[in-house]
Amino acid sequence: MSATPTYNHAYLDETTKRMLRRTILKAVAIPGFQVPFAAREMPLPYGWGTGGIQLTAALIGPTDVLKVIDQGDDHSTNAVSIRRFFERTAAATTTASTTKATLIQTRHRIPETPLTESQILVYQVPRPDPLRSLEDDAEQRSRMHAYGDYGRMRLLLYEQITRSGCITQPYNYPAMVEGGYLMSPSPIPAFDNPRLDNSPALQVFGAGREQRIYAIPPYTHVASLDFIDYPFAPERPPGKCALCGSGSSWLDALAIDDAGNRQYVCSDTDYCQRRQTARAEEVR
Amino acid sequence: MYTTLKASREAIDNAHRWQAEAPRGDAGSPSMAPAQISGQLHHATERVMAEGALYDPELAAMALRQASGDVPEAVHLLRAFRATLPRFATSLPIDTDRMCPHRRISAVQKEPAGGQLLGPTTDYGHRLLDMATQDAQATAPAEGEPASVDSRVSDELLADGLLEAAETGIEDADPPDLGQQALQLPVDRALRLQALARGDEGFLLGLAYSSQRGSANTRPHLAELRVGDVAVELIPPELGFAIDIGEITVSECETVHRPAAETEGSPRFTRGYGLAFGHCERKALVVALVDRALRAESLGEDTSAPACRQDFVLENCDSVPASGFLEHLKLPHYVDFHSAAFTLRDLQRRASTAPAAEGESA
Repeated sequence: MSATPTYNHAYLDETTKRMLRRTILKAVAIPGFQVPFAAREMPLPYGWGTGGIQLTAALIGPTDVLKVIDQGDDHSTNAVSIRRFFERTAAATTTASTTKATLIQTRHRIPETPLTESQILVYQVPRPDPLRSLEDDAEQRSRMHAYGDYGRMRLLLYEQITRSGCITQPYNYPAMVEGGYLMSPSPIPAFDNPRLDNSPALQVFGAGREQRIYAIPPYTHVASLDFIDYPFAPERPPGKCALCGSGSSWLDALAIDDAGNRQYVCSDTDYCQRRQTARAEEVR
Repeated sequence: MYTTLKASREAIDNAHRWQAEAPRGDAGSPSMAPAQISGQLHHATERVMAEGALYDPELAAMALRQASGDVPEAVHLLRAFRATLPRFATSLPIDTDRMCPHRRISAVQKEPAGGQLLGPTTDYGHRLLDMATQDAQATAPAEGEPASVDSRVSDELLADGLLEAAETGIEDADPPDLGQQALQLPVDRALRLQALARGDEGFLLGLAYSSQRGSANTRPHLAELRVGDVAVELIPPELGFAIDIGEITVSECETVHRPAAETEGSPRFTRGYGLAFGHCERKALVVALVDRALRAESLGEDTSAPACRQDFVLENCDSVPASGFLEHLKLPHYVDFHSAAFTLRDLQRRASTAPAAEGESA
């Protein structure tokens, strides 16, 4: 597919892309720190991945292979829409394969397949500041980050334990980046958090509406907040994928009839597909 | 199943095709030209220009037509287009003293210097739904070239020692640009007024209304409202002197409010200021009221009311991110929802196994 001629490569003008690249470099240099940037109004609404789209637009080159997932699924409406945007504006080569992609834009999941040094994972972020719900005053929040003053977040988790007997933070589970800044991993399930840690791939996070970019450089220690006596132990819905038999992946519930019966299948469609293919070959 | 559908590409195509056909309604009725929209629905067009932060009646009319009259959607279209435009120069501040107003009124003086000029307005008419065809009523506008008004009501109040002096120094500084820099609080008044000028009129109207009532009551009076055309000038570096590059219609509003709670010297009335593209009186007025409400902190007043809180007002007033984030609820969220449901089931299980302990501690 050829790029739409009326707009610049990857839609944004070069000055804006340079601003974004500088912001990304700063974010990589200060892992976990939320760098402000002047997000542009994109042709997609704010809240639909404009932060991630701007990052991808600044990062994508002619040799890149782009994968876009939403909820782990390459075929979800939003993933299709964003992939098409880059096919139209950047003549991008796209793929559903996690291993073939050099650039992966994601919403709400980290791929099950381990990433490599030659890949960049771009996250769409709705609420970049984990302290936002604890402190209304923006100045005060930046002061708390500067001083590493995360006592109130720990108190929140402690209160969850005293009330419910466990930490009740199912997704968007806050994590410390290399012992420095507390970050929001975006609304991925807590189950995905361990994959943030020590990843060979660069991870960049874009929040368009909130005008912030932050990053986890490759091989950076990312620790989900916990307590010695209540260690971080994310659970996964029990059972195996009905299609590929995986007992370790994140599962979605699918209605299979009108009687309310459900089956559970992998949310990562590429991972599931690959396992199904491998299984079929084994059988043969 | 809108997400697990493997044929979602085709499904999206079909949805778009349907949407493309829908806005036209009856295929037999002719399409509206942008000039018809910007002429006959000029308030809607001007609102889209104000909130879209781009002065171009034709593009705003095209955006309204494409959005089937949905104003926030049209604002988004215009903003997304604006984001692709290069910024090659900064104009000089427009000089509203040199405006030739179509309309100029003051509510604090019976007969201000320069006079009251009612101009086009519905203010003194009756809201009776007119069933007659508009074509029959089309008449030529009243003749008469508007003249500039030399005096300002606020200047008279200032000279009388009733009003605080206007803030100075803003026009000397390089103007901030919300299109080029992130909104980082706290912001100065120039950036604040810019954010309010492109803020959603409905949201700001509610805030302004709240500042006329309750704890944020700033006791506003309308010193002056003027609507008219002003010249836009810039100084090209290769020329070194100002040239006129065109004219825009703006609405400007100056309000006077109760004196500050703590003042050095004798108390004086305080100011609010609002400016909006086009003939947008309501918008200019609400910006002035919210501007004054947001001065609460610097004037040593109570800031507990929402209209007085800079973070609340400025972070929430733009309809483009607000409507985007609202509508993103329509996107799939099943992964986080299921993880929340999974945690909830765990809590339900804990609650059902330990009801006694819960009762004792209560």
